[in-house]
Amino acid sequence: MSEKGTLIEVEASRGRSVAATVLRFRELGIAFFVLLIVAVATLKEPRFIDAANLRNILLYIPLILIVAMGQMMVIVSRNIDLSVGSTLAFSAIVIGYLFVNQPDFPIWLAAVLAVLIGAVLGAVNGALVAWVGIPAIIVTLGTMSVYRGMVFIYSGGRQVSGADLPEDLIDLARTSPVFGIPWILILALIVVILAYLFLRYTETGREIYAIGSNPRAAELRGIPVKLNLFLVFTICGALAGLAGILFASRFGYVNPANTGVNFELIVISAAIIGGANVFGGSGTVLGTVFGCLLIGVIHNALSVLGISGFWQTAIYGLAIILAVALDAVLQRRLGKRKEGADLL
Amino acid sequence: MRSTISERPLLQARGISKAFGVVRVLDEVDFDLRAGEVHSLLGENGAGKSTLLKIFGGVHRADQGEMLYRGEPATVDHPQKARELGIALIHQEPLTFPDLDVAENIFLGHGTTWKSRFIPIKWKDRYREARRLLDELGVRLDPRARVHGLSTADQQMVEMAGALSQNARILLMDEPTASLTPEETRELFRIVQRLREQGTAIVFISHRLEEVFSLSDRITVLRDGKFVATRRKEETSIEEVIRMMVGRPLGKFYEREEAIPGKTLLKVESLGRGRRFSGVSFEVRAGEIVGMAGLVGAGRTDVASAIFGIRPADTGKIEIRGEAVRIDNPAQAIRLKLAYVPEDRQHHGLVLPFSVAGNVTMASLRRLFPRGWLRPPRERELAEDYRTRLSINLRDTSQPVWELSGGNQQKVVLSKWLITEPEILILDEPTRGIDVGAKQEVHHLMGELCRQGKAVLMISSDLPEVLALSDRILVMREGRLTGHFRREEATAENVMAAATGQPLPGEKGTPVSSG
Ligand SMILES: Nc1ncnc2c1ncn2[C@@H]1O[C@H](COP(=O)(O)OP(=O)(O)OP(=O)(O)O)[C@@H](O)[C@H]1O
Ligand SMILES: [Mg+2]
Repeated sequence: MSEKGTLIEVEASRGRSVAATVLRFRELGIAFFVLLIVAVATLKEPRFIDAANLRNILLYIPLILIVAMGQMMVIVSRNIDLSVGSTLAFSAIVIGYLFVNQPDFPIWLAAVLAVLIGAVLGAVNGALVAWVGIPAIIVTLGTMSVYRGMVFIYSGGRQVSGADLPEDLIDLARTSPVFGIPWILILALIVVILAYLFLRYTETGREIYAIGSNPRAAELRGIPVKLNLFLVFTICGALAGLAGILFASRFGYVNPANTGVNFELIVISAAIIGGANVFGGSGTVLGTVFGCLLIGVIHNALSVLGISGFWQTAIYGLAIILAVALDAVLQRRLGKRKEGADLL
Repeated sequence: MRSTISERPLLQARGISKAFGVVRVLDEVDFDLRAGEVHSLLGENGAGKSTLLKIFGGVHRADQGEMLYRGEPATVDHPQKARELGIALIHQEPLTFPDLDVAENIFLGHGTTWKSRFIPIKWKDRYREARRLLDELGVRLDPRARVHGLSTADQQMVEMAGALSQNARILLMDEPTASLTPEETRELFRIVQRLREQGTAIVFISHRLEEVFSLSDRITVLRDGKFVATRRKEETSIEEVIRMMVGRPLGKFYEREEAIPGKTLLKVESLGRGRRFSGVSFEVRAGEIVGMAGLVGAGRTDVASAIFGIRPADTGKIEIRGEAVRIDNPAQAIRLKLAYVPEDRQHHGLVLPFSVAGNVTMASLRRLFPRGWLRPPRERELAEDYRTRLSINLRDTSQPVWELSGGNQQKVVLSKWLITEPEILILDEPTRGIDVGAKQEVHHLMGELCRQGKAVLMISSDLPEVLALSDRILVMREGRLTGHFRREEATAENVMAAATGQPLPGEKGTPVSSG
């Protein structure tokens, strides 16, 4: 047994180092693409690396980052949340009208409210997935429309314009408490750090990976699978809610027909490019951060270069497919394709 | 050792009944378990052994009957509840998390409380503790290694370590030795003995009766979900328990008559792939069973999957019926009339949610339905046919395969390949987890296939089986052929010596050097 043990140990640690290389390779690969896009965009349009434009990028990425963290957790648990864009919009419109009616409402309290609104919408998804047992893709495809509908009903189709929003709110995206880093980036970084600590250092966080990795085993071990799924969707919703108020701050208006549209595609792309596995069980905070970076730069490059919004959507979709295809090729080469990946 | 067994039962089950739908799987079963004993549970495939353990482990709930823990009524309606009572269940199929590392697989979900959820995990301690538990089991696994890709035996050790980590007072082991080599089994028994001496109560399930008799203090037999008897080991015999299990005396262990091999059907020469195996050369002739022995992880399955085109070899050549061939995928292999019954039936042998009928015809659809339209009545008919031929215990051939007991699932995989009408069969652990009666049937079936002129390559870690059935025996160790014995010269000793690399001076046999 000992002899065999050694063999396996060698085998395993080799497997790990290969995996580690690929992991580093992934983040390096993403970094390479980021630089490539920056270079190409700058050649075509020198304005791209203006301080003003870099600032634009830096103010858009936090929004993706916050929602992508929640989405990544959902994907790790072998689920998906398509409703994040609509959740974001609902939170944004409610907060927007709150300020229309009460211009002096405290910003921090509004932020808490935004998180709560998102959490409730996420909890509805979670409850339907966990206890009613409807597949997440169906539930959230449904709620994506339902929540968007609620945005229109709540607003009567009218947008909240910049004039209605208090200066303090807009300032979140302009002013900075330290080192010139704007508030919204700081908030996003806090979310990222909390997500890392949660997924890495708490029993619950690890259980989410376990559930995604082998749901049946998780059930039989007595891991509270349903409660955890409920929690994951609630967190994802809460983060989308937080992103809602920040959206209002960043863009200075809330439009029922535009705000958060296609956002699910953006964050799912970011998570998957960052290495989250659609078959559950794997995905990292760091990878997702890199995924967001890439998506953020692409988004900005496309608009600076004057490429139409129609193209943008197509390009995110393409990015997902490319990332997953690349993964499949790599994994097959390494001979560590996941079980069940063949079945689904 | 007897003195450590207390007379008062630690766990007692009375009149346990359980039905899935209309099928009664357990019918008024009584069972009791005392601290410091190994209590074996015997019964044919589908007798309800796993179901009973799952009820003790809080996975299923009994429809009727009661459970007493230390004489007090207890409801075990959730795995967490079982854990609180110190009951650990090691399932028949390893239930691990492939994406997580060994240490996490050991600890996750064990001993989690509301409070512990808010305390950060101390990874260093966790890895150290995992190391200690693995050392205690004598397993040299890296606690940081990802579980994906570990052998079944190692995954089982990970689960054992998990049970140890909970200081379980009751350890329920559902066929833990099914995928272990004799050496690993001895190691496991050493651990079990030690736990027993420390007062742990152990329920043990195995279809290998010699194991059961060497390890147990008491034996309980189930038949068709009904309690037959509980006996102390000294008061019973292998013959008696077989009679109780099967309901009739069973014929002698299958004895194979001398085969007269025909022409060579399968020949491989210096086959190799990466670092997994190299220089493997052998041939299998029509009407011959060639056994392949070796420790789990010796590379036998790798050789088989290379021949079958699952992961093709990168050096060497394969000849089928005298012609050199390239086999890059299983479809080609099937066209060349090869069949491969894989060792991991749940992942590679079956589509679990599909019906029994759907599974058995899966590998021969093109031949059975050349026009491309499936005819379900024909599928069911074939399934019925094989159900009787292999006496598969099931309710209905339209039942999903995952509902079948482990042994019956294995028979479904066998049927699937027999329907392809192969000429060359590679059977990887064909009788793992199969009960005595069924095992005999499978052995007879293999003999029958040989008489029909088929060539059989049988990979098996069950040494008595290899010795009894094979015309020739190949032994692999660490990716190389280290032994080749004719039937009359093979003994348990010299085969094991070739498998483990310990030389046995004075023993005969012709260990070949592989080149
Ligand atoms: N979840 C389920 N749904 C329906 N039927 C089931 C389920 N689980 C088990 N069964 C049926 O209950 C019977 C007993 O199964 P069980 O797994 O307890 O047998 P076993 O004695 O452990 O057999 P083996 O030795 O093959 O493992 C079988 O006929 C099986 O098909
Ligand atoms: Mg069983």
